[in-house]
Amino acid sequence: MTGIDAASLTPPPPVVVAASPGYWTGVGRRLSRDPVSMLCLAVLVAIVVAAILAPWLAPADPSIGSVVRRLKPIGTPGYPLGTDELGRDMLTRLLWGGRLSLLMGIAPVAMALLVGGTLGTIAGYVGGKTNAVIMRATDVVFAFPSILLAVAIAGALGPGVANTLLALTIVLIPPIVRVSESATTQVRDLDFVEAARATGAGAITVVRVHVLGNVMGPVLVYASSLLSVSIILAAGLSFIGLGARPPTPEWGLMLATLRNAIWSQPLLAALPGGLIFVVSLAFNLLSDGLRSAMEVE
Amino acid sequence: MYGYVAKRILHAIPIALAVSLVCFLLVHMAPGDPLTLVLPADATQAMIDTTKAKYGLDLPLPLQYLLWLWGVVGGDFGTSISTGRPVATEILGAIGYSLSLAALAAVIGFALGITLGAIAGYTAGTLLDRMVSAIAVSGVSVPQYWLGIVLVVIFSVDLGWLPAMGAGEGGVLARLHHMILPAVTLAAMPAGIVTRSVRALVAEILARDFVTALRAKGLGRRAILLHVARNVAPTALAVMGVQLGYLMAGSILVETVFSWPGTGLLLNTAILQRDIPLLQGTILVLALFFVGLNLVVDILQPLVDPRMKRT
Amino acid sequence: MSEIAHPAEPALEVVGLHKTFHLRSGGRTRAVQAVTDVSFRVGAGRTLGIVGESGCGKSTTARLVMGLIEADLGDVRLAGREVGRSAAEMKAFRRRVQMVFQDSAASLNPRLTIEASIMFGPVVHGLSRAEAKTRAHRLLDRVGLDPARFAGRHPHELSGGQRQRVNIARALAMEPEIVILDESVSALDKSIEAQVLGLLSDLQAEMGLTYLFISHDLNVVRWISDEVMVMYLGRVAEIGPAEAIFEAPAHPYTRALLASMPSLDPEARTLAAPITGDPPSPIDPPSGCRFHPRCAHAAAICAATAPELNAPSGDGRLEDLHRVACHMAAAGASWAGEGAGP
Repeated sequence: MTGIDAASLTPPPPVVVAASPGYWTGVGRRLSRDPVSMLCLAVLVAIVVAAILAPWLAPADPSIGSVVRRLKPIGTPGYPLGTDELGRDMLTRLLWGGRLSLLMGIAPVAMALLVGGTLGTIAGYVGGKTNAVIMRATDVVFAFPSILLAVAIAGALGPGVANTLLALTIVLIPPIVRVSESATTQVRDLDFVEAARATGAGAITVVRVHVLGNVMGPVLVYASSLLSVSIILAAGLSFIGLGARPPTPEWGLMLATLRNAIWSQPLLAALPGGLIFVVSLAFNLLSDGLRSAMEVE
Repeated sequence: MYGYVAKRILHAIPIALAVSLVCFLLVHMAPGDPLTLVLPADATQAMIDTTKAKYGLDLPLPLQYLLWLWGVVGGDFGTSISTGRPVATEILGAIGYSLSLAALAAVIGFALGITLGAIAGYTAGTLLDRMVSAIAVSGVSVPQYWLGIVLVVIFSVDLGWLPAMGAGEGGVLARLHHMILPAVTLAAMPAGIVTRSVRALVAEILARDFVTALRAKGLGRRAILLHVARNVAPTALAVMGVQLGYLMAGSILVETVFSWPGTGLLLNTAILQRDIPLLQGTILVLALFFVGLNLVVDILQPLVDPRMKRT
Repeated sequence: MSEIAHPAEPALEVVGLHKTFHLRSGGRTRAVQAVTDVSFRVGAGRTLGIVGESGCGKSTTARLVMGLIEADLGDVRLAGREVGRSAAEMKAFRRRVQMVFQDSAASLNPRLTIEASIMFGPVVHGLSRAEAKTRAHRLLDRVGLDPARFAGRHPHELSGGQRQRVNIARALAMEPEIVILDESVSALDKSIEAQVLGLLSDLQAEMGLTYLFISHDLNVVRWISDEVMVMYLGRVAEIGPAEAIFEAPAHPYTRALLASMPSLDPEARTLAAPITGDPPSPIDPPSGCRFHPRCAHAAAICAATAPELNAPSGDGRLEDLHRVACHMAAAGASWAGEGAGP
């Protein structure tokens, strides 16, 4: 039930199109003065860096386990966060798992931004029949609750990281199309765009020079608010058996394989999910902070 | 008024059709032959052909879609490959569980959401508001499957108060006993969303100039509360309506954690077994339910909020 | 002194422009007759002022001339040659006609520097970036903004008057023959307005530009225009040399407009009633002469047929003639040829 719903139902950010560069510097400054946002940023950076540096930071090999050593508790000498159900070092698997989990959360947003942003801008600028076709297609995809659609697509395609990425990208495209179409429609009617067209420039030139720069801001802000949802969905798909497959380390998958361990090592079993929670929370708080920084009276 | 209702229904029909088309096409882009699950590896060509014909898989795609659609309208969703029973039976058996879970989660989530949201909205800017908002954003950020596991750890493993999975045998009380943890888990996200929405709405209304004017006129607390409630209600109801749709159609993760025998678990089974007819039927039912619920919310919206334009 | 190559050919000629917008509101489609049968000529190096109330079709006419909107009917001719519809012809045409908008802030892309905004047009038409930059700096200097200080700035750092100068520079960067000024000085403070008007006048003399000056401010129009066209509800009410229009207005609407101009001249005081009746809507214009419901002199024929533009007297070049679209004036009503008075 997680989904775009969260991002689209909280009041949308003021779609501030065509703002001067001074506005965005102001936003950055205000954001940097907000302690909560900065804390979240720090946590996220730490986690991302740790995940990227996993091959060097991890104390052990993520795939080597020993049945003898299975389910050792947190704090066992040599295994700071314990071992999992197959005896593999938890810290190592969490670090390596972070790489995949974060990738599976961020990549779909990036790809949806590319595809959805393009479609939305085209729909907004060209208008008419093209707009109608694109927006109606978007409405159809929107008719599905996001998690159902993600599960349906990933389920139909089969398990695997690539399939899950595709499924999530498809699910994330419609809201981005909507936001970029709305922003483009607003910018298109502004005088300076008309003036640009009046010079005889082609549509692509006008969009490239005058429209994109002014639309990117609100679209990027919106896309960033989708990151938390994307990470939860991606790990969720791995949890039910789609997405990452064993023995690949991934937080959602680890949560599933460690389920039976809740009776003996509850803290251990909850660890991977805790990380997902922290990352998602940090993204959400940062998004909230960004929105506050954008509201200037 | 009737024109508006007719218009919304007319708008929903092509969407519903498109949804059905997507459901149909979805499972047909699945790689791999679903028949391999039903037939033994050494099946003769004749056997393959008869089974194909039985499931109608040898016809051209558009024809398959129309046949399937015709069947669906008549209530026939085909036969489940893994259980051999009609898909409709499977779904009917499971839908009651999902509905009851969604209903309980809705009650918990909305009650919590409205209360917390109102409190936060009234005390906007204070420490209480910040604490409530922190809880709300946690509710929105928490992965349901993780929350479920944590609750099981606390209430089943440690305290032993509540069961960890299943729907329980016996009467309503046993059922309820089993429903509590999954319902609370499911309720976290809508509670968070409703809290945030209500908080924003209440704070915005209270900040408006004419509320200050009302206060200056000496209007009592109660009257102001009523006024705020009346203004907040339409949007809040719309938010809750949509959330109800998500509760129903998006419960797969929670049902998996708790082995709750609803449509979500059915979906999970269908995916694991690559049971195409079951997958198709379940997704269709859930998606259409979602579309239908959105339609109801759309139609009821102007009734609650007379200010809304009827376009 | 301000005539260019072909004195016989008007720099800009517009014939029979029609434009109807179709708006959808509340489920019904309404036809807004924005511009109906508008024709005029402007000689090279001259200024045609276009006046009228809001909704009379001034801005729509400007955009039709610019080609920003497509006309339902009618032609636009530059120096006698009709403007074609092909992409290449439109692009060439765009270089020759430019526009300065009313809202100086909204006309500039907030993310581009001033020089980048000015350079955009020339680069589109094939100039190298270096050449375009040189031209931009030269123009900034010409409009009174020091390139060293302003070229790298962004629009929000400039005042309204400065931005409008930038817009003028931007229009001139294309080296056009015709510049359309759509309420370009209306939003400026009076003192700034005077400066910008002076600049415009100097530029016209220097570069032999032809101006289409749209405004609702009659005083300004009188000062800058050679000819004036009065529009009402999408049609041309009266057109002719500026002095003729202002000294001896023939159309009742023009007379009312002029009468409502505040004036410090005690001789110009009038007891004539201001325009009566409700402001009209171009969605459902009155039949016949569109002004007839508010006209003190209306007769039966005014409600029946729309009047044509006619010259009360005289012949010569069309743009020198004082023509009016009014049945009563054509029939030789008493006020034709007199000053604005009761």
